[in-house]
Amino acid sequence: MKKPARYLFLAIAVVCLSITSAGADDVIKIGAIFSATGPASPLGEAEKNTALLLQEQINAKGGVMGKKLEIIIYDDESSVDKAVSAADKLLKKDNVVAVVGPSTTPNTLAIEAKFEAAAVPLVSCAAGEKIVVPVKKWVFKTPQSDRLAVARILSHLKSRKISKIAIITVSDAYGQGGREMLKALAPKAGIELTADEVYSPKDTDMTVQLTKIKSTNAKAIVSWGTPQTGSAIVAKNRAQLGMSVPLYLSHGVAARKFIELAGSAGEGILLPAGRLIVADEVPAKNPQKALLTKYVKDYETKFKSPVSTFGGHAWDAVMLVVKAIELGKSDKPADIRANLEKIKGFVGTAGVFNFSPEEHNGLNESAFEMVTIQKGDWKIVK
Amino acid sequence: MGISSYLQFLISGVTMGSIYGLTALGFTIIFNTTGIINFAQGEFVMLGGILSVFFLKWFDIGLFPSILLAVLATTIIGGVIERFAIRPVKGASVINLIIVTIGVSIFVRGLTMIFLGKDTFSLPHFSGNLPLTFAGVAVMPQSIWILAITLVLLAILRLFFTRTIYGKGMLACSYNRKASSLVGIGVDRMVLFSFLISSLVGAIGGVILTPVTLTSYDVGIMLGLKGFSACIIGGLGNPFGAAAGGVLLGILESLCAGVISSAYKDAFAFFVLLVLLFVKPSGLFGQAKIERV
Amino acid sequence: MYGFKRDMLAVLGFTFFLLIIPRILGNDYYINTLTLSLTHAIIAVGLNLLMGYAGQVSLGHAAFYGLAAYTSAILTTTYSVPLPLGMMSGILVSGVVALLIGIPTLKLKGHYLAMATLGFGVIVYIFFNETIELTGGPSGFGGISRLQVMGYRFASDISYYYLVAFVLAGVVLLSLNLIHSRIGRALRAIHTSETASQISGIDIAKYKVFVFVLSALFAGVAGVLYVHNIAFVAPGSFGFNFSIELVTMVVLGGMANVWGAVIGACFLSILPEFLRVFENIEIVLYGAILIVFTIFLPEGIAGGITKLFLMMKPKRSDAAGKE
Repeated sequence: MKKPARYLFLAIAVVCLSITSAGADDVIKIGAIFSATGPASPLGEAEKNTALLLQEQINAKGGVMGKKLEIIIYDDESSVDKAVSAADKLLKKDNVVAVVGPSTTPNTLAIEAKFEAAAVPLVSCAAGEKIVVPVKKWVFKTPQSDRLAVARILSHLKSRKISKIAIITVSDAYGQGGREMLKALAPKAGIELTADEVYSPKDTDMTVQLTKIKSTNAKAIVSWGTPQTGSAIVAKNRAQLGMSVPLYLSHGVAARKFIELAGSAGEGILLPAGRLIVADEVPAKNPQKALLTKYVKDYETKFKSPVSTFGGHAWDAVMLVVKAIELGKSDKPADIRANLEKIKGFVGTAGVFNFSPEEHNGLNESAFEMVTIQKGDWKIVK
Repeated sequence: MGISSYLQFLISGVTMGSIYGLTALGFTIIFNTTGIINFAQGEFVMLGGILSVFFLKWFDIGLFPSILLAVLATTIIGGVIERFAIRPVKGASVINLIIVTIGVSIFVRGLTMIFLGKDTFSLPHFSGNLPLTFAGVAVMPQSIWILAITLVLLAILRLFFTRTIYGKGMLACSYNRKASSLVGIGVDRMVLFSFLISSLVGAIGGVILTPVTLTSYDVGIMLGLKGFSACIIGGLGNPFGAAAGGVLLGILESLCAGVISSAYKDAFAFFVLLVLLFVKPSGLFGQAKIERV
Repeated sequence: MYGFKRDMLAVLGFTFFLLIIPRILGNDYYINTLTLSLTHAIIAVGLNLLMGYAGQVSLGHAAFYGLAAYTSAILTTTYSVPLPLGMMSGILVSGVVALLIGIPTLKLKGHYLAMATLGFGVIVYIFFNETIELTGGPSGFGGISRLQVMGYRFASDISYYYLVAFVLAGVVLLSLNLIHSRIGRALRAIHTSETASQISGIDIAKYKVFVFVLSALFAGVAGVLYVHNIAFVAPGSFGFNFSIELVTMVVLGGMANVWGAVIGACFLSILPEFLRVFENIEIVLYGAILIVFTIFLPEGIAGGITKLFLMMKPKRSDAAGKE
């Protein structure tokens, strides 16, 4: 390279760097890391869409504290390494005041320490209980923990006097979370596990595992997965094998996609779910009602695809951060964190959040309804 | 567990195994004429299934016409891939050929993701979704379809390779390309044919499988891997051995999941494969012409 | 002409280049991306020895990377083994497993070898995923301590980058030396014709296993460096896709060219950062790049650069090619 060319190159580089580092005072920058592609894309896509929707809506109403809200979204491609580099960029390059996401438990666990070190709050959209137990100062999460979902299922089983169940879970982080909770909590509730089967996320046939379960005397099956990772196939294969014992699924199944995929085999299955998918049925006096109906309508009009629980998790995460900013009238990371802990009675899609220094998930069992599928639609079990 | 459980394992093994077999068959057809392991073979299976779903949705022409259209479209895509990605690297080293087909598979998967979305889709069963029950064993009508179509396809291919001039030409290429070219066989055209046929076979596999298993843009990867293993089990280069290898792999997997552990079923399948490679690398049905050092 | 001195100079220049990159670039948000791509380069250099010089394909190298990472993570975290010991054990495990797998596997050729290594990779991946008590399962294994050597803690990202850069330089130097040694000549002979080399008295199997184990050791070094940097490990990082990515790095950079492996690894690890602008179509571009490169630049980037270099300096064309 000739000398003048080199100087020109350097000059351009310097100019570029100074432009990107120039801060704008009237913008609040929030980061987001979602698995918009890769195996976890059914989660990440809905979350990303929701974040875009919220950014548009909030800015249309004049932003947050009169400042424009900018959500910088990175796709971690469902990979731990990409999540780490996305976190680096958000923290060091974009200088965001808070981050929502990632979509999955391993990706969240991989970047937690960075947020502790950088003193920036992270509001995860992943289910794993390990994220907030033990409590980490800067880490929060919005989805209901596996523990709550499992507890809800177990109490429903008890109310039906079922004491022997078989479990079949998907061998990814989500299924692992459910499996560990089921194995830990079922014996305490006096329920015996007669079989503990697993399948891979991309498996296409679970008849073998179900046949095995059939040969035990389980009175119910509990299966942990999402519509895209085998839950629909479990439901279908159960019907094909003519099994009549009730099938309980996880809250991750709560999406219209499941009904489409499972077809008639989905009828009568049971699962604990946030109220999002049964928004129509929620009684008008429930505080979540108005919010749920509006979110469902807005999302479905804008993206022409049905809502899922996962999009709701991103809604909760973004709105909680916004709420914390407004509560403390400050967009400094430390203030956002402190004010997140002060949020009480915040109505979100997953339930009513009550945070405290000891509780960074903020939900309890009342966040769930037991729902079933009747005539191709979700119904609350009374 | 009673005997009916084992029968049930066997049936689900044979059903999945047929699909592995069809994928493996596709691998072998291309390998025979070109010496290429086509890592995009799984994508043909994916395309067959997912295109049927979308043709059914878009054109509203009924299940079977959509399926025919999907198979046709996949076959054409197979031809296009050969013409624009495989032919230009003719004569490259084995490793470069592997990379090209990996590139093609990523490319096809990516395009599918962009145009058809990342979601999972289902296709209706060909005839009824109520199982037939024999002695406590449930058999889905679709499983019977899968088995029947696989057998018919095998019979047709057998006839094609032994009775038609094109089939014989392709076999000739598999023995010796240069010699085939010298006796007036259009090697380029045979290679194109091999891609057309194996994408056709793959697409049919995808179409008959999807009602049982659901489909999405990324189902091709695992099917490709399993198909490749089936090839090796059956003996690389022997189409019918490959099909048998697929069925065997399917049964092995489901027996392992049923009897040993569902967590390690894939590991077990690949472990058996490794042992087989070490003990009899030419595969169960292959001629022992593999070179060992 | 290709003596030790020349290699030494090249490696020194390379190390200097690596050390000044962070200074040129200023901001440090991409330091981790750079560290990661150099980590990948360590594996690619080893894999290149195997693929480019010994002519053997491995579709399961992610497994060796993962084995070392998990071994060191588990030993140092769960069993409180001192860091250096844990890391050495990690690298050793990769090497020993490679030896055990290599002896029967390397008797196979071409596609069979590809299949065997692929199968091995899948088995190891499932093992990471399913032995939950040991590995933490799919949700991963955290709380791993960052690297500490003789009381010095590589706390900052930049210090870690320098460390990995030095290790990479060492690995490159070692590989260059190896290639120009007796072993290297034997390997190239094997690549050209196994039969001919056997006749001339080269113990083919021994050399192949040697390179295979060496490449697994390099992957192991990368694995322990990776795990004590990110301080977290999940099976997803060691799947079939990553094995394929590694092979792609080698081919893209240029086979039988140590520098090619480094270029390929950096190119492929940094490329997605630029493709991010294209969001969803990134994966399509990735596939297209693989196809286009193989069609138009089969010797890889390094091969292309060499060609360009030779075209620009026609008078040196007598030194062309045949390294």
